[in-house]
Amino acid sequence: MRPAILPSRHRAALAAAPLLVLALAACAPQDDGDSSAAPSPSDGATSTATASCSPASLATHTSGTFTVGTDNPAYDPWFVDNKPSNGKGYESAVAYAVARQLGYSADQVTWQKVPFNSAFSPGAKNFDVDINQVSITAARRKTVDFSPGYYDVRQAVVAPKGSKIAGAHSLADLKNAKLGAQVGTTSLDVIDDVVKPTRQPAVYQRNDLAVAALKNGQVDGIVVDLPTAFYITGSEVPGATVVGQFAATGTAPEQFGLVLDKGSKLTSCVSQAVTTLRANGTLAALEKKWLSDAVNAPVLK
Amino acid sequence: MTVQDEREGGRAAADADPYRPSARRIARERHRRNRTRRAFAVAAASTVATAAVLYALIVDSPGWDRTRQTFFDAHYARISLHPVLVGLWLNLRLLVVCGAIVLVAGLLTALLRTLRGPVFFPVRALATAYVDFFRGLPLIICILLCVFGIPALRLTGVTNNPVLLGAFALCLTYTAYVAEVFRAGIESVHPSQRAAARSLGLSNAQAMRHVVLPQAVRRVVPPLLNDLVSLQKDTGLVSIGGAVDAVYAAQIIASRDFNYTPYVVAGLIFVVITIPMTRFTDWVAARMNRRQSQGGAV
Repeated sequence: MRPAILPSRHRAALAAAPLLVLALAACAPQDDGDSSAAPSPSDGATSTATASCSPASLATHTSGTFTVGTDNPAYDPWFVDNKPSNGKGYESAVAYAVARQLGYSADQVTWQKVPFNSAFSPGAKNFDVDINQVSITAARRKTVDFSPGYYDVRQAVVAPKGSKIAGAHSLADLKNAKLGAQVGTTSLDVIDDVVKPTRQPAVYQRNDLAVAALKNGQVDGIVVDLPTAFYITGSEVPGATVVGQFAATGTAPEQFGLVLDKGSKLTSCVSQAVTTLRANGTLAALEKKWLSDAVNAPVLK
Repeated sequence: MTVQDEREGGRAAADADPYRPSARRIARERHRRNRTRRAFAVAAASTVATAAVLYALIVDSPGWDRTRQTFFDAHYARISLHPVLVGLWLNLRLLVVCGAIVLVAGLLTALLRTLRGPVFFPVRALATAYVDFFRGLPLIICILLCVFGIPALRLTGVTNNPVLLGAFALCLTYTAYVAEVFRAGIESVHPSQRAAARSLGLSNAQAMRHVVLPQAVRRVVPPLLNDLVSLQKDTGLVSIGGAVDAVYAAQIIASRDFNYTPYVVAGLIFVVITIPMTRFTDWVAARMNRRQSQGGAV
């Protein structure tokens, strides 16, 4: 008869199970010192940046370089030829202007392909700022930091000539239309909250799919921001027109902002840079250069 | 049968045959009981310790607060539930319609591939070419080509509804998969079955219809149900054409407000509706096994 004691290998196993988990715990990510509980400047209005904003003192993703993220493909007129690093297109130019304002030369700027969905994931970011026509909203501020707006956005309707809404003059004319927009854009919110059409809007993963559907007549019209609308009618779908633009919905105009990690140490410096660029007319000049054909379209009321 | 069982069960017989378990037997049973109890205690302690460590690991992780806010936010779970369920209705309709079409078309394609005789060579070759092509073509590309390519042809009388076109693409791809499943079933039926049927005077078609197919179909039910579960999840891909299914409804809210909770809601709903399907699959397989093991040798 065997002695009724716990054999030693059992004791070893009993100790091993939690130890295994503890070993896992050793691999757990350690906080890199920036406590998420610390209050962060929630927007760029803070002009009390005490830290000097220079490449030497900025805690960028890779020290000495300014890493900018944007989606792939990067669309005209915000970027040109899907090459963000060529400095062409409004957003590329703005990114380089912000970098220069912070003291980085053009060759100290690196670009990172960041899908829209991962720009706001809570994990560690692989970019310093993300510039991807992201509209600033209160709900989004809970998850990411924004710079002040670098572009005031208006939404517009594009329809092929011969579409039943090509001659629309008011919101009422769009009520029964099948409209399309890209997912995650405020264009979609405009359809849902302003137009409130009777038919469910078509929602596309990317703008080029929305344009394809427009060409095929699968939608009566698509809603995009005004510069994109003029780009589409100018070069992508020659047979289409900008039917009209929407009046600003809220009190403040809708704006595109640079996206930063929530509580990023760079937010105040980047915000200062954008504010300066707006004040000294750089943004206006770049807008004139790259988005100059965005003449006004009739406002749909 | 322990001592206690015998004491309770054999009370009546105890007077006639007073059984005294030996000291050794009593000691052996006590030892076994202790061992069982100890094993249970060890398992419980180990589970509790593991759970505690995992809990501490997740909840004390530096990013837990943000993760909780981004993935498990009650407010977003509430507002996303209705749109996700509305989208799920599209998934379920697609599943039923495409599932029915695919089963019939897949069986027909398999039959075309197994036709005998040289005169049917072009039919066999066409069916084989179709299956080869659409099994190899990634589904997402098939859907893209159908949803955006077919309307570009401007054919009169052809719909440009993205849901119908997406359903057509799903049917094309899944028919190819299912045809192969059926063909494998047909070819797994032993040739002696066909020979026996022919010797009884059945024609080729009758032998196929009454002898081979019933056995073949019964054999491939589990893989067919597997394809059905897979089809259920792939119905979401028609959203590329602009239609809003459950996952897409979640994505719309997630990317509007930068919160991932709607994805978690949609994922849980899919898991919840897949579990009954899995149980059903198991039940069908078990029932078939029972039926096949009945009757023994014929």
